[in-house]
Amino acid sequence: MTEYDSPNYLIALPEIFLAGTSLILLMVGVFIGNRSTTILTWATSAIMMVALIMVLVGDESRSVTFGGLFISDIFSTYMKSLVLIGSTITLLIGISYVKREGMNRFEFPILILFATTGMLLMISANDLIALYVGLEMQSLALYIIAAFKRESIRSTESGLKYFVLGALSSGLFLYGASLVYGFSGGTGFTEIGFAVSNISDQGNLSLGLLIGLVFLAAAIAFKVSAVPFHMWTPDVYEGAPTPVTAFFAAAPKIAAMALLIRLFIGPFLDAFDQWQQIIVFISIASMGLGAFAAILQSNIKRLLAYSSIGHVGYALVGLAAGTEEGIKGVLIYLAIYMTMTIGAFACVLAMKRKGQMVETIDDLSGLSRTNPSMAFVFSIFMFSMAGIPPLAGFFGKFYVFMAAIKADLIGLAIIGVLASVVGAFYYIRIVKVMYFDKPKEAFDRPIGNELTFVLAVTGIITGLFFAYPDPVLDGAAIAARSLFY
Amino acid sequence: MSDWPILSIVTFLPLLGAVFILFVRGDQKTVARNSRQLALWTSIITFGLSLILISYFDTTTADFQYVEYVPWLSDYNIGYHLGVDGISIFFLLLTTFLIPICILASWDSIKDRVREFMIAFLIMETLVIGVFSSLDFIMFYIFFEGMLIPMYLIIGIWGGSRRVYSAFKFFLYTLVGSVLFLLAILWIYIEVGTTDIPTIMAYDFSSEAQIWLWLAMFASFAVKVPMWPFHTWLPDAHVEAPTSGSVILAGVLLKMGGYGFLRFSLPMLPEASHFFAPLVFALSVVAIIYTSLVALVQQDMKKLIAYSSVAHMGIVTIGIFSLNQQGIEGGIFQMLSHGIVSAALFLCVGVIYDRIHTREIAAYGGLVHRMPIYAFTFLIFTLASVGLPGTSGFVGEMLVFVGIFKANTWIAMLSLTGIILGAAYMLWLYRRIIFGELTKDNLKSIADLNLRELAIFIPLIGLALLMGIYPSPFLSVLHVSVENLLIQIGSTNDLTFFNADDHQLITRNFGSN
Repeated sequence: MTEYDSPNYLIALPEIFLAGTSLILLMVGVFIGNRSTTILTWATSAIMMVALIMVLVGDESRSVTFGGLFISDIFSTYMKSLVLIGSTITLLIGISYVKREGMNRFEFPILILFATTGMLLMISANDLIALYVGLEMQSLALYIIAAFKRESIRSTESGLKYFVLGALSSGLFLYGASLVYGFSGGTGFTEIGFAVSNISDQGNLSLGLLIGLVFLAAAIAFKVSAVPFHMWTPDVYEGAPTPVTAFFAAAPKIAAMALLIRLFIGPFLDAFDQWQQIIVFISIASMGLGAFAAILQSNIKRLLAYSSIGHVGYALVGLAAGTEEGIKGVLIYLAIYMTMTIGAFACVLAMKRKGQMVETIDDLSGLSRTNPSMAFVFSIFMFSMAGIPPLAGFFGKFYVFMAAIKADLIGLAIIGVLASVVGAFYYIRIVKVMYFDKPKEAFDRPIGNELTFVLAVTGIITGLFFAYPDPVLDGAAIAARSLFY
Repeated sequence: MSDWPILSIVTFLPLLGAVFILFVRGDQKTVARNSRQLALWTSIITFGLSLILISYFDTTTADFQYVEYVPWLSDYNIGYHLGVDGISIFFLLLTTFLIPICILASWDSIKDRVREFMIAFLIMETLVIGVFSSLDFIMFYIFFEGMLIPMYLIIGIWGGSRRVYSAFKFFLYTLVGSVLFLLAILWIYIEVGTTDIPTIMAYDFSSEAQIWLWLAMFASFAVKVPMWPFHTWLPDAHVEAPTSGSVILAGVLLKMGGYGFLRFSLPMLPEASHFFAPLVFALSVVAIIYTSLVALVQQDMKKLIAYSSVAHMGIVTIGIFSLNQQGIEGGIFQMLSHGIVSAALFLCVGVIYDRIHTREIAAYGGLVHRMPIYAFTFLIFTLASVGLPGTSGFVGEMLVFVGIFKANTWIAMLSLTGIILGAAYMLWLYRRIIFGELTKDNLKSIADLNLRELAIFIPLIGLALLMGIYPSPFLSVLHVSVENLLIQIGSTNDLTFFNADDHQLITRNFGSN
């Protein structure tokens, strides 16, 4: 491609559409003011749904544009669908919370839209610079919405913490990227891939590339909140307003996992021996910490934060296998994880007593008597997260562990399943609180249509996944295959 | 008849019943009454349908019958595969037989959240039947472990004072064993390329792989059986569970461990089974003697019976791992007998617990004066538990001891002491509760069995005696399947130097001489 070609804008249509409409919505918001928050929220959801349709009907073959900066393949289709669904639903379940808790400012949906655009760019990045732009676009928006409840000290503190640590991770990322650039001679994934495979053909990976790789891994581990870079997660999850926490747990994590997969299975695939050790370590550490640290938590959001650290550990088991099977396992796991997490946070959002949000585990006491259907759905999520069949969470674990055993990572699989037993302890403790303990005062009812709807849908998907798993399994299979072209 | 997927119907009918109970409407009393009725009738119809299974069962073949296959996770060659053979059909029947009894037993004693209780129970029935009828490893595992959820809730919601502790212990103990089993399943799947149980049975694993797989499976089944030293969850779970929960635990759930050994460890990993048989013997002998001694000093009736279950299951595992026809058939028979007798014993405890609300042995005495029918019923099951000839307990124990004498005389000698101890603790229990003077004031007005309770006990008494006096219909169904099992085990034992054509003949003789 010596001559200048006009880039193929069509491939990036969803991103362009999101960016354009978000600017329009921003203008609308500025002119109408905070009255427009609800309308903007619905508009944002509609826009994201339209973008989802664009993603789904778009060209599925592997294609590159903008001079190799931007890539679109089935993998990106799959991940973008997850992110868009996750963002939309978490936006919707927050509607009444936003209105009630003094977050009724028009920037909220727009910032989520910005963040989502950034995530889509991350997923489709085919170049370290494009990747960084997407990452920062997402992160900056996230820092702000973490602190969106301005008058709450907890919220502002969590925003600040997230910002400082996030900036640190961006710094790590840039440092790693510059090393990789310096030792491979390019920022594009294709060039890096050539450099890596050339060097590894001759023997060892050069030290510069290796260190760069480690820095990149550390930075992304930050974003997916894997141990030992997880420290921000519990504080931010606890402090941020609950709909924001739900959003954090669902969408950005998935986008960052996509990034990790894209980077490691793409340009660094030939350095598999090197990064496998890193991934195995952070996977074991995340599963272990997620299991043990959650035991002592009394705040449900904090508990879910540790649980999400654990889930990242399980997802990474699949990546550690480094095979198509493994990636397929990760993709299935992420889809299931997102469903369960959104459902669990929808339950947390329904924990409101006399107009006040409550969020300790004790507040759930005897929920099975005061609100049996919510207790039932919540326990489905808990058993599912613990990985008890026939619920969806079991299948997530099933596929990643199968890939791990196939890749001869039997030790990792054994540690993983044992950690899941420890983890089961705190999940069933929540069931215990809801079912075995004496009831407290009931939560406010009704919980709102959008929450009821989301709880019903996520509950049905989690509970009856086994009956018709094909869409997720097939989607994950072709998405994983598209990476190993 | 054969067009109907009757096994699926039997498996999922209880689940359907549970769904219907969900839609029961009305005030609390109506809901409770209708849920009870619905649950009872669902379970009775399920039992009736399972009788069709046995009446059309072909006892001349060791093949799986009523087989159903539908592709499920087709990418992975994992299917919805059901079927029963001579071994599993009895466990299935035991389950469908005990569930209506459990529901009747909890008719009055469960007053709180009746609807939820019945739903949990019916869901559990589906899962337990699923365990015994699935012919796909993944399906088996899903049923096997899915059962933890309803049982956890049954112990935790309707249990006694230490119910939370027991429910957690039960859940986590069982889960640890199960996850290792899951890894074994995954490994097998990757090795063989399918999770189809009949296919895997025909597969030859390398000796080294067998050792590891056997240990992983053992982790799961030994906890379920439970074998010493993995039994500590059982007394807690039994004591705290409501009566019907204990019945189903002792009657059916423990049998899953023994069934696992028979269905997976033995036929799939014959070499390892031979290799580890001494380990199983050792643990079982310890279980028999140690838990019998522990049972002797118990103050709590349910705990005593729980420990006796561990001892009896020790006899079962010894029988299974004696690896000959008498031993295995005896082990299976003993499991069925124990399923009925220990279930009945827990029900007996439940009867007086419902009246006096204590399980302390010391709180009773002289019941024979007020409750003659109860005393008679209890006597039959006490003697069946001890293994008196004429009761089901005798047949199973005798076959096991014939089997084990052929395998190892010392083990036979040691485990026989368990029988003596068993007689000691059971008869002593009986004496303390039933005989003596009726001195306690609260016992003076205690009522004898009512009609509902009689309806519970009469089928159990009938079956315990029938199995003791005329066991051959039961054994004849087992026979061909056990012989087939022995062929599968024998294929890699000491006799392998014979050529393959003589194989069947030799192992047949080996199994029945």
